Amino acid sequence: MTYTQKRIIINKAVMTLSTLCAIIGMGFLFWILSVLVINGIDALSANIFLNEGAPPGNDQGGLKHALIGQLYLVGYASIFGVPLGILAGTYLSEYSQKSKIAEVVRDISDIMMSAPSIVIGAFVYAVVVTPMGHFSGWAGSIALTIIMLPIILRTTDDMLQLVPSTLREAAFALGAPKYKVIIQVVYRGAKAGILTGILLGVARVAGETAPLLFTSFNDNFLNTDMMQPMASLTVTMYNYASSPYEDWQQLGWAAAFILSMFILTLNILGRLFLLKKRGKH
Amino acid sequence: MSIFIDKFFANITKLIAFSILLLVAWIFTILFEYSLESIKAFGFLFITEDKWAPNLEKFGALPAIYGSVVSTFLAMILAVPIAIGVAIFLSEIAHAKLKATVGVSIELLAAIPSVVYGMWGLFYFVPIIRDIFGGIGISMLSAGIVLSIMILPFMAAVTRDAMNTTPDILKESAYALGSTKWNVVKDIIIPYAKAGIIGSFILALGRAIGETMAVTFVMGNVHKISTDLTQPATSIPVTLANEFAEANSTLYYSSLFELSLLLLVVSFTIISIAKFYFLRRRKAL
Repeated sequence: MTYTQKRIIINKAVMTLSTLCAIIGMGFLFWILSVLVINGIDALSANIFLNEGAPPGNDQGGLKHALIGQLYLVGYASIFGVPLGILAGTYLSEYSQKSKIAEVVRDISDIMMSAPSIVIGAFVYAVVVTPMGHFSGWAGSIALTIIMLPIILRTTDDMLQLVPSTLREAAFALGAPKYKVIIQVVYRGAKAGILTGILLGVARVAGETAPLLFTSFNDNFLNTDMMQPMASLTVTMYNYASSPYEDWQQLGWAAAFILSMFILTLNILGRLFLLKKRGKH
Repeated sequence: MSIFIDKFFANITKLIAFSILLLVAWIFTILFEYSLESIKAFGFLFITEDKWAPNLEKFGALPAIYGSVVSTFLAMILAVPIAIGVAIFLSEIAHAKLKATVGVSIELLAAIPSVVYGMWGLFYFVPIIRDIFGGIGISMLSAGIVLSIMILPFMAAVTRDAMNTTPDILKESAYALGSTKWNVVKDIIIPYAKAGIIGSFILALGRAIGETMAVTFVMGNVHKISTDLTQPATSIPVTLANEFAEANSTLYYSSLFELSLLLLVVSFTIISIAKFYFLRRRKAL
C-alpha cells in the first residue's frame, strides 16, 4: 500500500466514524423525542386540562393543578428575574466602564449559570422555608429567580454591547440625559436580543425540577396561594413517573410532553428573534 | 430633575449588579452555617466514612462522593468521543443544509429538561440494561449512560463552536498542500481550538457532576460502595433530591447541607477552571 492510499483510507475511516457518531448521537436523542411525543400525545385528553390530581386508579386525574402552579411559579420568577437581570446587565454594559469589579460580576454570573441548581434549592430551603416553617410557592419562585438572574444579566450585557456606540453618541449630542439614551435608544436597538435572552431564561427555569423538590414541594390539588406548597409540572412529572400506578405514569408523560413542547417553542422563538435581528444589519 | 433621575437610574442598576456578588457570598455563608453541626460532629470523617444511616445518626458521605465521581467519569468517557465525532461531522463533513438542521436540532435537544431524560431513562433504558446485565437495571451503569446522553448535545454544540473558530485561511492552506480532511482536523483544527475544546469538556464535567434529575430516576439512592456497575448506587445530587424533604433531625439536615456545600465548592472550582484557563474569550451566548 502506498503512503497516499494509506492516507486516503485513514481519512475515509475517520470521516465514517464521525458520521457514525453523529448518527448514534442523533439516534439516541430522537429516540427520546419520539418516546416523548408518542407517549405524550397518547396521554393527552381534555381531562388533563380540566381535572386536578386524583388518587390513582380512577382515570379521572388531570394536570390542571400542575399547569396553573407552574404558571404561578415561573410567572413570579420572571416578574422578579427579568427586570432585575436587565437592570444589572445595563449597569455592566453602560455604566461600569470596564471596571475590575464589573468583570468579577460577569465572571461570577457565568459560573452561577452552570452551578448545580439543586444547591440553590438547599439555600432557599435554609433562608425561606425554614423561617416560614413550611414549603411554599414563594420559596419555589425565589429559587427560580436566583437561577434566572445570571442568565438574563449576561444576555442583556452582551446584547447591549452590540448596539453601535454611534447611536448613543448621536443621542448624547442632542442633549439627552444618559438614562433617556439607555431607555429610548439602547434598549430599543437591543430589543430583539433582550427578548431572546428573556425567552431563553424563562425556558431554562421552566424545566427546573431539583430546586423545586424542597422549596415549592408539591400539591396534588389546585392551589393558587403562594404561601402554601404548590404543584409544578416538573415535580408532578417526577412524582407521577416514579409511582407504580400506570395512570399516574401516563399523566407524567403528558406533563413531560406539554413542558418540552413549551420549552422548545420558547427556544425556537428566541432563535427567530435573533435571526430577524441579524437579517436587518 | 433629569439629573436626579439619571443618578437614581445609575445607582439602582449598580446596586442590583453588585447584589449578585452578595447573593453568591450569602449562598456560601448559609450553606456553611447550616453545615456547621455536621462538620463539628464528624469533622474530616464525613468524607471518608462509608456508612450513611439516618436512623443511627451516622452520616458518611463517601458512597455519595464515590457515586458522583464514578457516574460522572463514566458519562465523560462515553460522551467525549461521540461529542468530538459529532462536532467534526458538523463543522467539516456535513453539507450546509444538513449542518444547519442537525446543528439546530442538537441545540434544541440541549434545551430539553433533564427530568425528561431521566423519565426516558427509567422507562426505556433501564429495562434494556436489566435484560443485558441482569440485576434490577437501576444502577450506576444506567446513571452514567443516561448522564452521557444528557450532556452530549451541550458538549457537541460547544465543541463545534470552538472548532468553527479556526480561520478558513489556515484550513485552506493545509488543503492546498494536499492534506486530507482528517489531516486538517488533526493538525490544524484540533490544535487551534484545543483550549476551547478542553474548556467545553471541563464545563460539561462541571454540569454533569451537579446534574440531578437525569440520574435521580435511574441510580437508586443506595448508600453502598460497590465496584459492580450494575448495582444501584447514589451520588451527592441524588441523595439531596431524595432525602432533603424527608430529613427528620437537625444533624440529618446539617449533613445534607454539608453535601450541598461540597457539591457547590466542587462545581464552582471545576467551572472556574474551565472558564479562566480555557474559555477566557468565550461569550455567554
